Amino acid sequence: MIKNISNLGDAALYCDFGNIVNRETNTEVIKYYQSIKKSNIYGINNLTPSYNKLIISFDLGITNFSKLKKIIENLSINKKESLSSKKIEIPICCDELFSLDIKRLENKLNLEREKIFDNFLKNEYFCYMTGFIAGMPFLGDLDKNMRAKRLETPRVKVPKGSIGLTEQFTNIYTFESPGGWNIIGNTPINVFDNKNEVNPNLISPGDTIVFKRIDINKYNKFND
Amino acid sequence: MTKNYFEVIRAGINTTFQDAGRSNLYHIGVPFSGAMDNRNYLIANNLVNNDLNLPVIEFAYQGPLLKYRGKKINIAITGDVFFNLKIDGKVYEGKSYESYEINNGDEIDILSTNKSVYGYFAISGEFNLKYQWGSCSTNTRANIGANNGKKFSDGQKIEISKISTFQIKKRSDYTKKVIEKIRVIKGTNYDYFSKEGVHNFFNKVFTVSKLSDRMGMRLEGPKIENNVDTNIKSEGLVKGVIQIPADGNPIIMLSDHGTIGGYPKIGVVISADYDQLVQLKSGSHIKFQEVELSDAETLFSLYQMETKNILSQIK
Repeated sequence: MIKNISNLGDAALYCDFGNIVNRETNTEVIKYYQSIKKSNIYGINNLTPSYNKLIISFDLGITNFSKLKKIIENLSINKKESLSSKKIEIPICCDELFSLDIKRLENKLNLEREKIFDNFLKNEYFCYMTGFIAGMPFLGDLDKNMRAKRLETPRVKVPKGSIGLTEQFTNIYTFESPGGWNIIGNTPINVFDNKNEVNPNLISPGDTIVFKRIDINKYNKFND
Repeated sequence: MTKNYFEVIRAGINTTFQDAGRSNLYHIGVPFSGAMDNRNYLIANNLVNNDLNLPVIEFAYQGPLLKYRGKKINIAITGDVFFNLKIDGKVYEGKSYESYEINNGDEIDILSTNKSVYGYFAISGEFNLKYQWGSCSTNTRANIGANNGKKFSDGQKIEISKISTFQIKKRSDYTKKVIEKIRVIKGTNYDYFSKEGVHNFFNKVFTVSKLSDRMGMRLEGPKIENNVDTNIKSEGLVKGVIQIPADGNPIIMLSDHGTIGGYPKIGVVISADYDQLVQLKSGSHIKFQEVELSDAETLFSLYQMETKNILSQIK
């Protein structure tokens, strides 16, 4: 449930679903996001679901905060309807060429690298949100013994396809970008296709992700 | 069919195609983009008799040097811009907010912006551009939009697909009002900051840093002290949000911003002041003033009325 709606500036609603970040809260956020999207409410020009918030941006020339707040408060959300979601397998290569921060993780987590890879690969991950850069999925949750902080100094360039860890989350860099997550591997898959206007992002909020390890030979041949 | 095009002799610093931008893509990480200074974008299109939502060339600080090849066409430049026109081999000083007629072989040399960052160049007609999600706006970070999602480069050609010329010179007497303060609504993490931090934010002078671009404007000045937490759970951002990271220096989100961020938000610049904000050059001084939501809404109606008036007075 939305706990509170306030204004973020003069052209956005800030819907707060509470302080706890877990799948349950995030599923609520995504259900609201999907329902509002379907409702095609006049004046709304963007929706940004995240772990526990939903930001609704609107055209101030068409509507305003108080009008839209009323509409959202009176919107009936179908709680029983299950989330539309899919299960996706992502190949990951953990060769030294790609696992840029594995030494740092070994030190921070006090685990050997093969144990880190095993722990990472055995779980299914839930997509909480996509964004920051186009198509980047924020996936969770990592086991408690797998949680490390961001790099003290972020990289200026994280290579495209890099898979990173930070705290309870893992992500995929959809293209080269600055970033501070601990990089453990790389995927040859194109997770964001900027030429595809209908389905540019492979992974959407609510989807389930499993990682499958591939070796460097398979990685190199992947896109042949 | 004769091809009409511009040859880019010098690309300039940050020259891109922009239009009204693209919406409904925040949820996958794609920002609005679009012309930074919306009013000057609209005026540019109006001066060449175009539909107001057609793409134009946006430049920052130093603009491009373009040589024209093709049939007679009208052009116009908006913003506080120094430029020269080389017509029939003779160099003339150009004036912003006036349309000009150019012919095969003529050149437009956009030397620099004066007391502002962005300027706009429009032609009477259409560039040959690819639309993505209903917009040509170039987002160089994600390589989305016209020109393969990239800035202009030296030596490239800019093709024109349609020309519609007119006879009588058009002119706007628009002059930018200098505003003293950028007006801001309290942000959702306003209470994270110390009393002194908030006082400094709304009373002290900040300087626009060199590390500013279409994504964000970084400011330097008194540090804004955070009493609660220098991180929040990552959540959506909008244009104009002012985040304060751990170092205490504000960053304002601009048109190409990352769609999600994890720094506390002290405020949001009101929509009516956005065009003025983006035109502040690096090294400029900036002061903020707190306003209520209802004031921001009234100021936006006034801004829209003013824009309408400026456009209707163009002859």
